[in-house]
Order: sequence, then C-alpha cells, then structure tokens
Amino acid sequence: MSAPLLTLEGVHTHIGAYHILHGVDLVVPRGELTMLLGRNGAGKTTTLRTIMGLWKASTGRVTFDGRDITAAQTPAIAQAGVAYVPENMGIFADLTVSENMVLAARGAKSAEAIDAKRLDWIFSLFPALKKFWLHPAGLLSGGQKQMLAVARAIVEPRALLLIDEPSKGLAPSIIQNMIVAFRELKGTDTTILLVEQNFNFARQLGDSVAVMDDGRIVHSGAMAELAEDEDLQQKLLGLSLAAHQ
Amino acid sequence: MFARLFSRLFSQDAPRSRVLLVLLLAVFIGLAFAPFLVHGAKPLNVAAKICIFIVLVASFDLLLGYTGIVSFAHTMFFGIGAYGVAIGFTRLGPNWGALAAGIAGALMLSLLLSLLIGLFSLRVRAIFYAMITLAVASAFQTLASQLSDFTGGEDGLNFKLPEVLTPGFSLREEPFLGVSLDGKLISYYLVFVAAVILFLLMLRVVNSPFGRVLQAIRENDFRAEALGYRTVVYRTLSNVLSAGFATLAGALLALWLRYNGPDTSLSFEIMIDILLMVVIGGMGTMYGAVIGAALFIIAQNYLQDLMKLGSEALAGVPLLANLIHPDRWLLWLGVLFILSVYYFPTGVVGRLRKS
Amino acid sequence: MSTSIPAPAAASTDALPRTRLDYIPLLLAPALALIALPLIGSFPTWVTLTIAGLAMGMIIFIIASGLTLVFGLMDILNFGHGVFIALGAFLATTVLGSMADWTASESLWRNLLAVLPAMVVAMGVAGAVGLAFERIIIKPVYGQHLKQILITMGGMIVGEELIKVIWGPQQIPLPLPGGFKGAILLGEAAVEKYRLIAVVIGLAVFASMFWVLARTKLGLLIRAGVQDREMVESLGYRIERLFVGVFVAGSALAGLGGVMWGLYQQNVVPQMGAQVNVLIFIVIIIGGLGSTGGCFIGALLMGLLANYSGFLAPKVALFSNIGLMVCILLWRPQGLYPVAKR
Repeated sequence: MSAPLLTLEGVHTHIGAYHILHGVDLVVPRGELTMLLGRNGAGKTTTLRTIMGLWKASTGRVTFDGRDITAAQTPAIAQAGVAYVPENMGIFADLTVSENMVLAARGAKSAEAIDAKRLDWIFSLFPALKKFWLHPAGLLSGGQKQMLAVARAIVEPRALLLIDEPSKGLAPSIIQNMIVAFRELKGTDTTILLVEQNFNFARQLGDSVAVMDDGRIVHSGAMAELAEDEDLQQKLLGLSLAAHQ
Repeated sequence: MFARLFSRLFSQDAPRSRVLLVLLLAVFIGLAFAPFLVHGAKPLNVAAKICIFIVLVASFDLLLGYTGIVSFAHTMFFGIGAYGVAIGFTRLGPNWGALAAGIAGALMLSLLLSLLIGLFSLRVRAIFYAMITLAVASAFQTLASQLSDFTGGEDGLNFKLPEVLTPGFSLREEPFLGVSLDGKLISYYLVFVAAVILFLLMLRVVNSPFGRVLQAIRENDFRAEALGYRTVVYRTLSNVLSAGFATLAGALLALWLRYNGPDTSLSFEIMIDILLMVVIGGMGTMYGAVIGAALFIIAQNYLQDLMKLGSEALAGVPLLANLIHPDRWLLWLGVLFILSVYYFPTGVVGRLRKS
Repeated sequence: MSTSIPAPAAASTDALPRTRLDYIPLLLAPALALIALPLIGSFPTWVTLTIAGLAMGMIIFIIASGLTLVFGLMDILNFGHGVFIALGAFLATTVLGSMADWTASESLWRNLLAVLPAMVVAMGVAGAVGLAFERIIIKPVYGQHLKQILITMGGMIVGEELIKVIWGPQQIPLPLPGGFKGAILLGEAAVEKYRLIAVVIGLAVFASMFWVLARTKLGLLIRAGVQDREMVESLGYRIERLFVGVFVAGSALAGLGGVMWGLYQQNVVPQMGAQVNVLIFIVIIIGGLGSTGGCFIGALLMGLLANYSGFLAPKVALFSNIGLMVCILLWRPQGLYPVAKR
C-alpha cells in the first residue's frame, strides 16, 4: 500500500482566543475518497482550512506528498496540487461561469486554452455549466453554484481535493448528480477529502471515514465497516443509516 | 487624605509611571506659572496655545483613542466654538453676556452637527466615514470663508474683549514678582483654569462606566452589542461629547487671540497637527494629549530655532541644508509620527508606562 | 477551439434572466449635459463648457482611478495618494523646464515630444515611489484600517515636506507648451486645445484600463480579488504580488494625472496633494469604492457640474462637489456601482 498523500499529526489550531482543533491526527490514503464526518462545530471546516493554510496550525504537522506544508502559504499549497472547495463555494459572483473556470485553470490564459477534453467531461457531469457558460455566476441557483465550485476544482488535474459539504442545501436530484460526478472523479486517481453531514451521501462514496468531535478525530477506518455497524453509527453520529435521509 | 482627594480629582486615572508623573507635573507647573517663568508675548502665547490644544487633543482622543472612530471633522467643531465667541463679541459687544451667548450658540450647533454626523457614522464603514468627514470639514471651511457678512470671510473677525481681559486693565499698579497684573494675565489664567477643568472633566468621562463601555466597543463592537450595550447610543454620545469639548477649546482660542478666521481654527493643517499630537503623545490615554500637545507646540515654536542653527552650519550642502531647514520641521515630526504609529502605537505615554 | 463552448446567449431558452447592465448611471452624465443646455442658453458656450468639464473629468478620473482600484483590491485607503499626484506635477516642471525650447515651439508634435517624456518620467518615478511606499509604509499595516489611515496621512505629510525640500516651498508655474495653447473653433464654440488633448488622453487611459480588466487574465484576477481575496489565493495565485503591482500602477497613474493637472492649472504648489485628496475621495465615494466604471462616471459628473455651476452660479460652484456627493448617496448609499464583496 502506497504512502498516504496527506497526514495531519497532532494539529492544534487557534482562532484568536478560541482553541478549535485539539490535536487532530488524520491520514488520507492516496487515490481514495476519505469522508470527514461530524456534527456542526466539530472542527471539520477548520481542519480543511488549516490544511489549505488559510488558518495556521499552532502546533502539529501537516504533510502533503512527503512535504511539510504546515507553515506554507495558501497559494504555494494550491500550486503543489491541492484544490479547495469551501463551504460557501467561493464563487466570484460578478464573473461569468467561463471566467470562473479560466481563473481556476492556472495554465490557461483564456477560455479557449482550457483542455477541451477535460471541459467536455465536466460538461457531461454538469450540463448546466455549459448552458450558462457566459452568464454571471451570481445568477446561478445554489445547486448550479455548487457544481461550478466543484468544476473549478477539477478543471485541471489536481492531486488532492478538499471539499466542504458539497451537498448542503441541495435538492435530492442534484445530490444524485454530485454522487455520480464524484464516482467518476474517483476513477481518475484523484485523492479526495470530503467533509459531509449527509451520511447517505457519505456512505455511497467513501472508501475511508474519519469522524470528528470537539476538535479531535474520534474514529477512523474503512467506510464499509462503519456502514455495517449501526451501533457505532448511533454512538458517533447520533443516528442510524436507516433513520437519516 | 490628600491622596484620596487627588485620586478622586483625577478620576483614579493615575499616570502609572514615575517619568510620566514628572513630565506631567513639569507641564502643569510650567503652564501654571508661565507668566512668571517667561517674559514676552511669544512664550505666553505658546503656553496659552498648549492649554487650548490639550483640551482639543484630549477631546479628539476621546473619539479616536477611546471609541476608535477616525474623524477629520474635528476642526469643524473647534472652529464653531471659535466663531461662536467671535461672532458673539462682534455682534453683541464686549461683555460677558456676549461670551455666554456665543458659547451657548456654538455648543448648540455643535451638538446638532455631531449628532447628525454621529448617527451617519454608524451606517457606514470606518473608512467611508473618515473620507466623508474630510469632505465635510473642507466644505465647512469654504462655507465659513464665503459667509463673509456673518463670519468676516477670509479676513476673519477682530473683536474686543470685556474690560477685565484687556491689556489696558490693571488689577494693581505695581507689578507682582516682575509681572504686571493686567488683563492679559487674567486672560491667561482664565484660559489655564478652564483648560484644567475641562481636562479633568474629560478624565472623569473616560474613567466612568460610560468610558469603559466605549473602550469595550472600540475593542469589539459585536461583543459589546451582544452583551446588551446599544453601541449606537454610546458612539453617538461619544461624538457629541467630543465635539462639545472641542467647541469649548475653540471658544478659549478665540478668547485668547481676540481674533478668528478660517485658517485660525478650520484649516486642515490644524487637523494634521491634532493627529500628530494624539499619536505621538499616546492614543487612548488622555495624558497623551498633555504630553503630545506640549511637545508639539514647543517644537513648532522652538525646534525651528534649533534647526536654523543646523541649517546654517550646512549652508554649503544643497539638499541637506534643505532637509534641516527650520521650515521643514514638520517633515521630521511627520517621520516621528509614522514611527510612532508603527513602534509606539501607544505613544510616549504608553512607552513610559511599559518601562 | 472547443466546439462545446456555446455561442453567446443568443440561443436563450434559459430560465435565467439575461444579464441586464445597470445602465442608469451611464445616463447621468449625458442627462446633466442636456439639462445644462437650456440653462446656459447659448449652444457654443455650452460646447465650450462641456468639453472643459469632460477634460477636467478625465483628469480627475486618471488621478482617482488608481485609488479606487487599490481600495477595491487591497481594502487599503491611501490617504497619501495625493503625494504621487504632486510628485508627478513637480517632475513635470523639471522635465518640461529643461526642454524649454521644445515647449516654446508652436509645433504640436514637438510639444508632444516634450510632454511625453515628462509623462513617462512622472509615471516611472511615481510608480517607483509607490513601490517603496507600499512595501515600507503600507505593508506592515495590512488589515488594520485605523493605522492605515494614520500612516498614509503621515506619508502624505512627509511626502509634501520632501517635495518642499527638493523643489522649494513656493509655487512653480507650469506653462502650457506653445502648441497646446489657444483654442480651436468648432463652429462658433471656442474649445481650448489642451482640453481636447486631455479628453483624448483620458479616454485612452480609460479604454486601456477597461481592456486590461475585461479582456486579460490579469484583469480577471483583479476583478476576482476585489470580490474574494481568499479564494483567489486558494486557486493558487500569489495575491500579494498582484497587490503590489496594482498599487504601483495606481501610483503611476496618479503621477500621470499630476502632470495633466499641473498643466491644466498651469501652476503647481506643494499642497496640491492635500487639496486634490478631498476631490478624489469624493469621486470614489460617488462611484462606489472599488469600481473603476463608477469612478469614471463620477469624475465626468464632477467635471461637468463644476464647469456648469461655475458659469451659472459661481457661489454655489464651490459646493458643487459635496452637493453632488450628497445627492448620489441619497439615491445610492453605496455609490453608483457598489462592488459586491463576499
């Protein structure tokens, strides 16, 4: 088994006076989709932001592809091959869908320069983006914005995708779209760390799972195990698969 | 017992530093006995100006240091106070009634304007607000110079003071300790005593529960709001108080100069001077106003003499001579100002208190 | 070229509304001009005043555009922006002064060949000083608005004094080069040559800014950065470098504007930075902090209004700027084109 792509060791993060992460130890295996679950306020978003360098870990270490990125700057981390889809999607509302994509495609100077095959694949996953290609992104619906956010992260091949609650507030049919898209993504040898609260969504996609509570990882292992163990689900997430969505 | 009395007088706001205490005492004694310590019109002028600016800068510190609001319209209230007295004496003659009327009118106008501006500041971001106060102050200055019937226009207003305050008046024929007890002396002590009272009042304000809430708002207005304080009310009140004290400082200025014009109290240069004084002295300390004003005004008047010596010595070297030219004293104070914002954000007072 | 990228929204079976350009502000300047016409009475006078207003507006735009761009992108309000304007103007006196024979000449081309170096020098030096200003004075206080205001003010004080050190404290005349002087006749209307030149240059600057912002990836980065700095960094761009670049460009533009402003007034004083500061702040507030288009319209409105009211009601003219600001803010409290920040 190859070395994990991303590891966090004993990471503590403080935001001002608040101590949010209390020693996070996380391993993200290469080429898999790892789910990061937990209730509101558990520290999942903070974990992603710390990896991305938007907030700095006060102690501990973050290693990506063998490199220590704990103190690295966000642009450098992104250039090393990490793509981040934040909870609020980070869409540039005044820019068109096309312009959003051009920005995300660091190698392209204009829309024409984006890899056509890649773009076709993205359009096949998210047809709405093709339809509204020249429209300001701010006019898209919530689900479409979410699709754009994910599309931006995959317009060029990246080694690691950090995705924060992509299914939040989306209609079930669109969530299905997302699930299909992520399944296809998994096939492209990309490593994904996905934060979710929707366990059904998680269960269909995750290879590994880590559960957070109070700024710590309280469980980690294979998704299949957790999916079968209803008692464990109840204990960790306060629910059982059948009861939730 | 004396200690307790003193403590209450100063609203329990101790200097908290030996050196600072010494400096403050020096300033106080210097100002209190100025007519006896120095001779001539200029030094007395400098002393009076220091008294007036201590009040003005302290009132600005109330707004900037304690409430965290940057406003460039402060000179406007200074000017209103000065014009109030000037117009009062011009229109109603050299009597105390005129003085009272002038001050009352000025305070009312300041109250109204500061209320409006204060409420406006709450709707907009700090930077937006700062820029708008700049524009308003500039417009007000233009207004003052245009309403010449009322304000004397560009030339300003010259007026006479009540007899007691005129140089011609004497309390006693023989001089006391070498100083003639004339109206000028009385004027000076009027300004001095008023300044002391106003300063102590401001000290009381910032050390009151009201003052503490202001500081809480300055640090984190969200939290203050969450704790139940209506930040709107506090900010507006702070604006009004600050404007009021500035207005009174302006009244003192007019009283001392027996003249007022658009450049005497409304110019942008004065606004910059206030900024320099409050930052170098120490924001949010009140005592910073004392130190800052004293330092700045003494430098303004006497540093130049020092620089003149240096400039003459370097007469041969073109650029260097220019740098030390006495007229360029503001350059060095500006540099000191920038360094203060970086390295001594709490100014001289803060630095002294740390050590 | 990928065939999957669709043609422009002509084939609109979309549920989305077509993007409607907010066109009302665009009509303000023409509307003002039209209203002024009957008030002024005489068409030739109106033409003269309008061109004068446009010229003034263009220069104001050049000066203010850098400030609004810097603010929009970096959230920094540079109270010292006036220093670069003054610097540009004073450099012009030196450069043009040394080319006295070229400027005295009546030939338009010789004049241009004299003014062009003045502009280039002004832009270059202002840009360089801008770089120093940004790295030394502004960078340490990123994100601290209070300190920024204070420190940039301090920068302006020091800058003004340094100008006095180098060029002296008195005002210096900056006469128009021979070929720029005088007026040409458009029908019955006398239009000053320099004003026309200013309009042309202003339009050229605006057009280039527009092109860069709308058609290049750099412009894309700037527009995105104005909205969401953090996301731009997350996409892998070193936004701090962009900041510095934009600041330098803004300062260079201010330098250029200074040259033109100096020639417009035919006079430069060390205090011109502070004097112009109030003006440009009003303009960018009117336009919407961070909006280049709004700044352009606001500048034109200001120039036109100043000239019309100067002719119609000179006493009122002194307050035309602040009056305009109040009117616009009452209608749109965030300015003409507020920038949508995250």
